[in-house]
Amino acid sequence: MRKKIKIDPITRIEGHLAVEAVIDDGVVKDAKTAGTLFRGFEIILRGRDPRDANRLTQRICGVCPTAHATASAFCIDEAFGLAGKIPDNGKLIRALIFGANFLQSHILHFYHLAALDYVDAVGTVGDLAPFVPRYEGDYRVTGKANAELVNHYIKALDIRRKCQEMLSIFGGKMPHNVAIVPGGVTEGPTEDKITNFLWRLNEIRDFINNTYIPDVIAVAKAYSDYFEIGKGCRRLLSYGGFDLPSGKLFKAGVVSPDLKSEVFAKENITEDLKHSWYADSDSGKNPAQGQTQPELKKEKAYSFLKSPRYKGDVCEVGPLARMVSNYVQGDAKVKELVDSLLGQLGAGVDALFSVLGRHAARALEAKLVADSMVDWLEALKPGEPIIVESKIPEQGEGAGLTEAPRGAVGHWMTVKDRKIDRYQVITPTAWNASPRDDKNQPGAVEQAILGTKVGDIDNPCELVRIVRAFDPCLACSVHLLSAKADKLGVFRVV
Amino acid sequence: MAVKQYPVIWLQGAGCTGCSVSVLNAVSPRIQNLLLDEVVPGHQLSLMFHATIMGGQGEPVIKVLKDTAKDRKGGYILVVEGAIPTGEGGAYGSIGERDGKHLTIQQSVEELGKNALLTIALGTCAAYGGIPAAEPNPTLCKGVATVFNEKGIGTVVVNIPGCPPHPEWFTGTVSVILFSGAEALDLDNLGRPKLFYGQLIHENCPRRAAFDKGKFAEKLGDPGCLYKLGCKGHYTNADCPLRQWNNGVSWCIKAGSPCLGCVEPEFPDGTSPLYEKITFEELKCARK
Repeated sequence: MRKKIKIDPITRIEGHLAVEAVIDDGVVKDAKTAGTLFRGFEIILRGRDPRDANRLTQRICGVCPTAHATASAFCIDEAFGLAGKIPDNGKLIRALIFGANFLQSHILHFYHLAALDYVDAVGTVGDLAPFVPRYEGDYRVTGKANAELVNHYIKALDIRRKCQEMLSIFGGKMPHNVAIVPGGVTEGPTEDKITNFLWRLNEIRDFINNTYIPDVIAVAKAYSDYFEIGKGCRRLLSYGGFDLPSGKLFKAGVVSPDLKSEVFAKENITEDLKHSWYADSDSGKNPAQGQTQPELKKEKAYSFLKSPRYKGDVCEVGPLARMVSNYVQGDAKVKELVDSLLGQLGAGVDALFSVLGRHAARALEAKLVADSMVDWLEALKPGEPIIVESKIPEQGEGAGLTEAPRGAVGHWMTVKDRKIDRYQVITPTAWNASPRDDKNQPGAVEQAILGTKVGDIDNPCELVRIVRAFDPCLACSVHLLSAKADKLGVFRVV
Repeated sequence: MAVKQYPVIWLQGAGCTGCSVSVLNAVSPRIQNLLLDEVVPGHQLSLMFHATIMGGQGEPVIKVLKDTAKDRKGGYILVVEGAIPTGEGGAYGSIGERDGKHLTIQQSVEELGKNALLTIALGTCAAYGGIPAAEPNPTLCKGVATVFNEKGIGTVVVNIPGCPPHPEWFTGTVSVILFSGAEALDLDNLGRPKLFYGQLIHENCPRRAAFDKGKFAEKLGDPGCLYKLGCKGHYTNADCPLRQWNNGVSWCIKAGSPCLGCVEPEFPDGTSPLYEKITFEELKCARK
C-alpha cells in the first residue's frame, strides 16, 4: 500500500532542512533532502576585508562556529602566505579551542538532539512542554534505567556548558570565539590558564568515560536493530583535522565501500547544482572556481544545498568517516577504541555503518579528542609566540580544510585588490544532506533513508533517527510522499 | 498559590542557532531551571516551541503554534532568533509546513507576533538584521521591529542584540517581565533594556587605563588598548567588561580581541573592516 505522510519540521538539529520520501508497502522507495534556508554568506563576503571572513563565517553556525573559524583561518593563512609559519603555541591553542567545541557539540548532539528519540523523558518528568508532543510508541528503556538517562540529559546540559566555559579561557567567549585569527591566536598560554583548563577538561573526560560512552552502549543494547538501519553510501571522506605541531589527529583519506583507503586530494572535489536552487552554469566546478547565484525558478531543483562530490562519488563525512578512516589506516589509538567497543557489543566493523554506529563513533571520538587535549595542554610553552604578523596581500588564493564535529568542512577564497573576490564554503551537511547530483545519484542521507522499513507511518521514528544520527547542521523537515503523489511540489518555493 | 505560566514560542529565522546556544550557557538560572522550574517564585515559563530542543516534529508541532496563538491570545511571549528574510515573498526561509504549503519565517513571525504579549528579538539578526542583512542583503533580511512597523503590528518588541547576546541579557530581561511586568522594562532608543546596554564598553574596559595613557597595541597579541586594531568599544553599549562571558571566564577584549560592536544596529557593515579603526563620526555618517 502506498501512503502519503509528511513530517515538517524535524526539529532537534541545527538549521533548516527538509527531507521528502516516497513510501510503498512500508518501505522507503525514494527520498529527497532539501535545505530550506538561504542566507547568502558567500555573496555577503564578496568585497570585504579578507580578515573579516574569519569572524563572519563563524556565524554560519552557532553550534560549531570554531570549525568555521579554523577553516577560515587556514584559508586566510594560505592566501596571506602564513601557512607553515604559525607558532606551535598558536597551533595548539587553536586546537584546544576547537577541541573544546567538539566536545560540547558531541555531548549536545547525543543527549539533547538525539536522545529524546530513545529515552522516555515524559515517563520521568511528565507531560511537559517542550517534551510533548512527540512520536509515541518505541521507547524501550524503562523504569530506573530510563530515569537515569533522563538525569544524564540534565547533567549533560551542565557538562556541555562547562565545555564552553573551558573554551573561553583561550577563546574569549562562546558561541563565536574571538581568539582564532589569521597567523595564530590572540590569547596566550600562562601556567594558571593551563591548569584551569586542565581541571575543567578532567571533569569533562570523567563524564565522557563514565557516563556518555556507557549511555551510548546502554541505548545500543536496547535498540540493537539500529545497527542494521541507515547503512548509507559507505564511501567515507575525511579532510583530516586538528593540525598540531606533531601532525594531524584525524588523518585525511577516502575510504571505499570495501574499506580500502585512498589518498585525499582537494582538487577532486566538485559541486553539482542540477537539483539546487542555483544557476546551472556553475555546476560541476571545484569550489576554488565555484560561484553562488541563487536561481529560484528551476524545475528540477529542490534544495538550497549544493551537491559536493569526490571524483563524482557521493561521500559520507563525520565521526564515522574519521574513525573508520583512521582505523583502516592503522591508527593504534583509534583501533584500540573501536575494537574494544565492538567487542563489548559483539559486533563487527560493518555494524558501524548504521544509526548506532554513527552515535558510537561520535562518543569514541569525544574520548579520543578529550584525551589528546591533555597532551596539547602539556605541550604549550608560556611566554613563547602565539601569532605571526600578517599583511593583506594585493592578491592571493587560499583553501582551508578541516574537520567540524559533523564532518569535513572547507573554505576557499580568492583575494583581489586586498579584498575578498570570491569565497566558497562547503559544510559537512552539504556532503551528507546534499540533493541528487547531475548524474541523479542521491546524497548520503537520502541513501541512508532509502530502503528503510517504516513500522508505523503515523510515528515514523526510524526516519528521524536516521537523519539525526548524521547530526545535520540545519533545522529539518521530512516529507514522505506517496509514489502516486503527482509532484513533490510542496517545496517549490516560487 | 497558583503558579503563573507564560507560554513561550521561540522561532528561528535567518540565523545560526548561536543565540539559543548562548542561552543554553546560562548559569543562574541554568537552562534546566528555565525549562522546568519557577524562574521567579510563582512565575514559570513554558517553552511550547523551540525547534532545537523540542521532543516532537512535523505536523503536531506546527499545530502547537496555532493552538498557542489561539488559546493563549495576548498571553504568550514570542522569542525570535535570526533575521526575517522578506525577499521573494519570504521564500528564502521556512520553519515547516502547514496545510501542504511552506510556512515561511516571515509569515509565522507576523502571525504569532500579532497576538503575543510581547516579542523578544533575541540577537542582532532578529533585532536589526545582523549578518544576513549585510550588504548586499541577498535575501532582503530585516529585523522584527521593522517587519512589525511595515505590517502595522503594534506588539511591543524588546531588542536583546548581540552576536550572540549574553545569556544573562535574556534571563535578566525575562526576570524584569516576570517580577515587575513588561511595562517595567526601561528601553533605550534602539529598543534595548538599559539595564544591560546602558553603558559603553569603553567606560568599563580594563584596558581603559592604557587608552588614557596612550598605550596602544600595534598588532594582535600585544598588550595595551586595542583602539588602533579596530576596537569598537568606544561606541558600543553593553556590559561585557563587568559581566564577562561564559560564567565570568573571559570576554573579547580580555582575550586580546577588539570589540566588534556586535550589539549595535550597524553590525557588521558599519563596524567593518572589523580590524580597522572606525571613528564614531565615521559610524554616524554610515548611520545616515
